Amino acid sequence: MNIVTPQNDPWTVAGRSFASRLVVGTGKYKDFETTAAAIEASGAEMVTVAVRRVNLSDRNAPMLQDFVSPQRYTYLPNTAGCFTAEEAVRTLRLAREAGGWNLVKLEVLGPPPTLYPDMAATLLAAEALIKDGFEVMVYCADDPVAAKRLEDMGCVAIMPLGAPIGSGLGVQNPLMIQKIIEQSRVPVLVDAGVGTAFDATFAMELGCDAVLVNSAIAMADDPVLMARAMKAGVEAGRLAYRAGRIPRHGFASASSPMTGLIR
Amino acid sequence: MNEASLSVALSVNGEPMEVAAGTSVAGLLELVGLAAKKVAVERNLEIVPRSAYAQTLLCARDAIEIVHFVGGG
Repeated sequence: MNIVTPQNDPWTVAGRSFASRLVVGTGKYKDFETTAAAIEASGAEMVTVAVRRVNLSDRNAPMLQDFVSPQRYTYLPNTAGCFTAEEAVRTLRLAREAGGWNLVKLEVLGPPPTLYPDMAATLLAAEALIKDGFEVMVYCADDPVAAKRLEDMGCVAIMPLGAPIGSGLGVQNPLMIQKIIEQSRVPVLVDAGVGTAFDATFAMELGCDAVLVNSAIAMADDPVLMARAMKAGVEAGRLAYRAGRIPRHGFASASSPMTGLIR
Repeated sequence: MNEASLSVALSVNGEPMEVAAGTSVAGLLELVGLAAKKVAVERNLEIVPRSAYAQTLLCARDAIEIVHFVGGG
């Protein structure tokens, strides 16, 4: 029998393979100890990070790297807080120097209350980053036309939002997520909007290669427990996708035989 | 020479700072107590490669940015 496990069912982005299909963010945690414990429990191998000025007034302040080792986890630096192509390129050049690799997450956001991906700015920034030698995993709208354009441009993964960042509303537009999955030859990840394990399972059942979760774990009452739930949810969704779900019917179909009934 | 001519006024992460003339990027990191392998440095919008920290001397009015990785989504 062919047993599917995360180990023999990896996904690959930019030539790197990962057994875990859960990518987790490192933001919003109450402290670094909880960050480290939740990431460990999630089983994630890739973690997103932001790039910021060092606080020079508190030189003994703990650093993320001391708790979440860049040797153990693949750091995926993001462009959070950048609103132009220039800012994104500048930020990720620094990230490349700090980390020494060129796999990055591009996100250019519009204003609150949606923080919806600014696709015009995202396309410009993606072009500039690719030209500069970066391998770009791109946060984008649930828009198959824009997604295709980003893929054709050379982005190494397409990451449409399930719902606004931190909203916990789950996958709001499953049809378009599915259309993006069907048309893409690079990995597709639902990034943003996951609220609980069900949402991650659902995204994986649609056929996503992986799911990116931050707030749903970091802001849960028990982040470590939710990290375990997300791990199980992502695995369940992947297995269900591989298994092939039954069609939906508008009628019943008995599970027990109608023959051999006692009379 | 007086004291002033021996120091270099620059900005580090947006804050004014004075360092001794001849201080390198490596010297600055030591001064502020940061491990070179945990940060990246930009000088006047140009990345300073880690391999060049020791040779790169700071000049008056340099705008230095020292960044690191923090939690993010």
